[in-house]
Amino acid sequence: MSEMLQVTGLEAAYGRARVLFGVDVTVGAGRLMCVMGRNGVGKTTLLNSIMGVLTPTAGKVVFDGRDVTKLPTYERVRLGMGYVPQGHETFPQLTVWENLQVTLEATAHRDRAAVDEALDVFPRLKEMLKRRAGFLSGGQQQQLAIARALVTRPRMLILDEPTEGIQPSIVLEIEAAIERLHREKGLAVLLVEQYLELALRLADAFVILEGGAVQHSGTAEDLRDDKVKRLLAI
Amino acid sequence: MESLFNQLPIGLSIAAVLLLIALGLTFTFGQMGVINMAHGEFIMAGAYTAYMLQDLTGTQAVAVALPVAFVVAGAMGWLLERLAIRHFYGRPLDTLLLTWGVSLVLQQAARDIFGAPNVQVVAPSWLSGGVEMFGSNLPYARLFIMALAIICVIAIWAYMNRSRQGRRMRAVMQNRELAGCSGVDTERVDQLTFFIGSGLAGVAGVALTLIGPVGPNLGTYYIVDAFLVVVAGGLGQLRGAVIAAVALGLLNSYAEFWTDASLAKVIVFAAIIAFLQFRPQGLFVLRSRALT
Repeated sequence: MSEMLQVTGLEAAYGRARVLFGVDVTVGAGRLMCVMGRNGVGKTTLLNSIMGVLTPTAGKVVFDGRDVTKLPTYERVRLGMGYVPQGHETFPQLTVWENLQVTLEATAHRDRAAVDEALDVFPRLKEMLKRRAGFLSGGQQQQLAIARALVTRPRMLILDEPTEGIQPSIVLEIEAAIERLHREKGLAVLLVEQYLELALRLADAFVILEGGAVQHSGTAEDLRDDKVKRLLAI
Repeated sequence: MESLFNQLPIGLSIAAVLLLIALGLTFTFGQMGVINMAHGEFIMAGAYTAYMLQDLTGTQAVAVALPVAFVVAGAMGWLLERLAIRHFYGRPLDTLLLTWGVSLVLQQAARDIFGAPNVQVVAPSWLSGGVEMFGSNLPYARLFIMALAIICVIAIWAYMNRSRQGRRMRAVMQNRELAGCSGVDTERVDQLTFFIGSGLAGVAGVALTLIGPVGPNLGTYYIVDAFLVVVAGGLGQLRGAVIAAVALGLLNSYAEFWTDASLAKVIVFAAIIAFLQFRPQGLFVLRSRALT
C-alpha cells in the first residue's frame, strides 16, 4: 500500500529544550491515524514539525513520496497537506467568507467550488458568512477552521485536538464530518486526540507518544488493550 | 471667537501633514509591529526625489515626483526589510537600534550627496496663491496636501478592504502562523507590506517640500509625531490614525495660537500621555472573542 505521510526519526526542540526524540509515524493513503498521549508529551510539537511551522532539528518528512522536510509551510499546504492547528484558530477580524476566500486565493487550484464544498460539510457556516470569525462561538470557529483547511482541497487532513473545549453538540458534528471525509472521500487523516472513545470510533491505527517518542503503536483493535489504557491514564 | 475659526484650517492642514507621514507607519508599525526609525529617512528620500526631478521636469516636479518617490522610498524600505529587518522579527529592541543606525547612515549619505545645507523645491505655479477661509488665508499648497491625504486614505482603505492583496495582508497580520497554514506565502506579504508603507513615506516627503525646505534631517523632525499618531490612533487602525491626526493637528494649532510653538508641543505631548493613561491601546482596539 502506498504511504501518504512518512515521518522518520523526527526530532524537535524549543531553544535548548528538546521535545521530540526521534518519532516515526506512517500514515497510509486513505487511513486515519490517531496520535495519542498525555498533556505535554509533544503531540502538537509533532504536528507543527510535520507542517514546518517548527523547524525540526533532525529527521525526515515525506509526503506522498516527496521529501518536504525543507519546504516552507505554505508550500506543504499547496501540496495537499491540510492543517488545522490546535485551538480553533481563525483570522478573527475577517468575516467567515473572507477567511475562506483568503485561503482559496492562496491555493494553486483557485476553484471557487472548493468553498461551496467546504461549506456543505458544515452547513451551519452558510448563515454566518458575513460575520467576523472572532465573534463566532468556539465550536463554530473550529468548524470554520476545518472548512478553511478543506478549501485547499487537501489530500490529507492533519487535525490537532479538533474537539477540545468545544460544546458537545458541535463535537458530534465535527466528529461526523471527519468520519465522512475519511470514509466517503477517502482522505488520509492524522488526528491528535485525547479521548480514547473518539479514537476507538474513528482510528484505523494509532501511536501513543510519551516523553517525545513513540511508546506504543498498533491498529484499532490493539487500542482496547489494557496497556494502552494505562499509558493514557492521567 | 473669530480666532476659533481662524485656527480651524491651519489645524486641519497640520493634521493632513501628520496623517500623511503617519500613513506609512500604519503599515510597517501598525500592521507588522516593526519600529522602523529609518521611516523618517524614507520621507527625506521622497523629498530629495522631488528635488532631483526638478532638473527633468522643472516646476512640475512635485506632481511627477509623487509616484516616483513612492517607488524610490518603497524600494529602499523593501531592501531594508530583505537585508536586515526580517532577521530581527520579534525582537523590537534590536530592530529599533538597527533601524536607528540605518537612519543615521542615510542622513549622512544625504549630506554627502546633496550637501548639508537645505535645498528648495519650487512649487508648480498652479499651487501658488490661496483662498480666504474663516478670515485666514489658506495656501493652495496646504489644500493640495489635504486633498493628497484624503486620496491616500481612500486608496489605502480600498486596498486593505477591497483587494486580494489587502485581504491577504490583513490575514497575515491577524494570525501569521495560520496564514502560513492556509497556504499564504507570508514572507512575500511582509515584503509587499513594507514596500507600501515605506513608499507612502516617500509620498509624504514630496508633500513636505511644499511647506518647507528639504534637508538631511527632514525625517527626524517628523518621525516622532508620526509614531504618536499611530500609537494614539490604535495600532493598525486606519480610522484611528485619521482621527488622531485631526485631533492632534487641531490641538497643536490652537495651543500654538494661545501660547507659543514650544509650549504647544509640550501641551500636545502631555495630552497624548494623559490620553494613553486611559486608553493604553489607543482610540480603536481590535476586539473579538479570540483576543479576550
